Amino acid sequence: MTATIARVERRYAPPPFNPTVSADGEVLIEINGLNKIYHGRDGAAIHALSGINLSVADGEFVTIVGPSGCGKSTLLKILTGTLRKTAGRITIRDREIDGPSRDLGIVFQAPVLLPWRTILENVMLPIEVQRLDAPKFRERARALLRLVGLQGFEDKYPGELSGGMQQRVGICRALVHDPALLLMDEPFGALDAMTREQMNLELLRIWQENRKTVMLVTHSIPEAVFLADRVVVMSPRPGRITDVIEVDLPRPRALSMINSTAFGHYVEIIRTHFTASGGID
Amino acid sequence: MDDVRTVPNTSRRFVDILHERPEVILSILLFIVLIGGWELVVRVFDVPKIIVPAPSAVIVSLIDGLRSPNFLYHFWVTFFETMVGFGLGASIGLLLGGIIGQFPLLERTLYPYVVAFQTIPKVAVAPIIVIWFGYGISSKVVITATIAFFPVLANTIVGLRATPLDQLELLVAYTANRWQTFWKVKVPQALPYIFVGLDVAIVLAVIGAIVGEFVGAQAGLGYLIMQRNFSMDMAGTFAILVVLSIMGMALHGIMQMIQRRIVFWMEPAEDRVMGA
Ligand SMILES: Nc1ncnc2c1ncn2[C@@H]1O[C@H](COP(=O)(O)OP(=O)(O)O)[C@@H](O)[C@H]1O
Ligand SMILES: [Mg+2]
Repeated sequence: MTATIARVERRYAPPPFNPTVSADGEVLIEINGLNKIYHGRDGAAIHALSGINLSVADGEFVTIVGPSGCGKSTLLKILTGTLRKTAGRITIRDREIDGPSRDLGIVFQAPVLLPWRTILENVMLPIEVQRLDAPKFRERARALLRLVGLQGFEDKYPGELSGGMQQRVGICRALVHDPALLLMDEPFGALDAMTREQMNLELLRIWQENRKTVMLVTHSIPEAVFLADRVVVMSPRPGRITDVIEVDLPRPRALSMINSTAFGHYVEIIRTHFTASGGID
Repeated sequence: MDDVRTVPNTSRRFVDILHERPEVILSILLFIVLIGGWELVVRVFDVPKIIVPAPSAVIVSLIDGLRSPNFLYHFWVTFFETMVGFGLGASIGLLLGGIIGQFPLLERTLYPYVVAFQTIPKVAVAPIIVIWFGYGISSKVVITATIAFFPVLANTIVGLRATPLDQLELLVAYTANRWQTFWKVKVPQALPYIFVGLDVAIVLAVIGAIVGEFVGAQAGLGYLIMQRNFSMDMAGTFAILVVLSIMGMALHGIMQMIQRRIVFWMEPAEDRVMGA
């Protein structure tokens, strides 16, 4: 099953990445001295991000954990270009970005599908907006929908799908234009525990096949460890990075690993950060 | 349709409808009771027909009217004024609403004028419009348009503001420009509101045409009402009211049908902006 899907995927998809452009370990995105200050209604300044430095290698899976209000969403919104930064520098493949970029795929906590568009039309939205070759990418969109088990739903409307299925559609939409970087803000936060585990496995499978660079925000520590090559730990007031932890668990990951001592060890390290600063929600 | 035909027993069908949509049966019953009671009162108390006509007399007059080319001519004049006035007012409302909705500064600048315009009773302006545009059809079209314009404008503006922030962010994040954001999310989000405006406008358009004809006209059902009133033909006047009411309901029904087709993904919006 998986093998045939993978073959279909490879046949239609453009090559995952061009090795001459970026070799393993090459930096894809670099964040330097990023600061964000909000001005509340009363004029009070809220220091949402303070001195964020982070570089992510091409093909790397990075998760970001931290308690509510530590600036995770703010960081991702600045990366998507929908929110202006106060100071700092962000480069993708050495090109500075300041605003929306074509090379991003984005998944929010809510699926945010457009109810008047069919599933396929929803997935095709980035292609339309960026005026890419629609017939070619329509095949890729169909292949992605097959990859997440939604074949046969192409012509349905979002209202006819469950929350988990809608979120899968959102993931397909984020991948359809073959972006270099996938940004996900608590993508599975609204799903029940069972569906969530399922989606984690699926996401890893998609990642394995597409070799995207992923930055995923979560407030579940086990989820962060399970998915990541590296876990970025943040803390609030002001929002900053307090630790970066390399997760040296073998891939492909399996749910059984969650019970291993190594896994528990990583979870423990991260948890100590929050017990000191007042816990995680 | 098919399942109704396959049910052989009429009384069972009646019971089914009673269970599923009791209000339909009740409405029909109420209609029969009211009309029957009215007929009865007029006959028993021998009410003069120049004060209140019997329903049967109204029906007779209605049938006579539908057979007479003269009556039909007046009907078509009013219908034409209604549709053209609606089309004109709604188009201007949509266009202006679309432009105003795109530019917040323009909206803040113009909105006081729009509200001021709306607070003027159109009925009071009708005589002026008749002087400007004459006793013919064009003055009625203009009056109808001024009445139909506002609900469409107001609902278009509100509708264009109704797009959830996360949908706008989605479009912006995928590098959509203003134009794409407008057509791909703002307009679809505004459609339910726009249809509420159109629905209100089309019903008001009928009123607009009649008001215009009252003020001064040579043709139309409003003109005919004045004429029949003058000759104390009460049954004839009531017959016109019936025609107007059916016309209004039919236009409303057609509008709802179009809305359900186009805005298929949702129920009609509840927070409608009325205007008259
Ligand atoms: N639009 C805004 N205006 C003012 N303050 C904001 C705004 N958005 C977020 N904040 C504040 O910035 C901080 C970080 O928020 P956020 O990035 O949403 O955190 P997280 O996603 O980690 O929960 C919080 O203190 C929050 O109250
Ligand atoms: Mg958040």
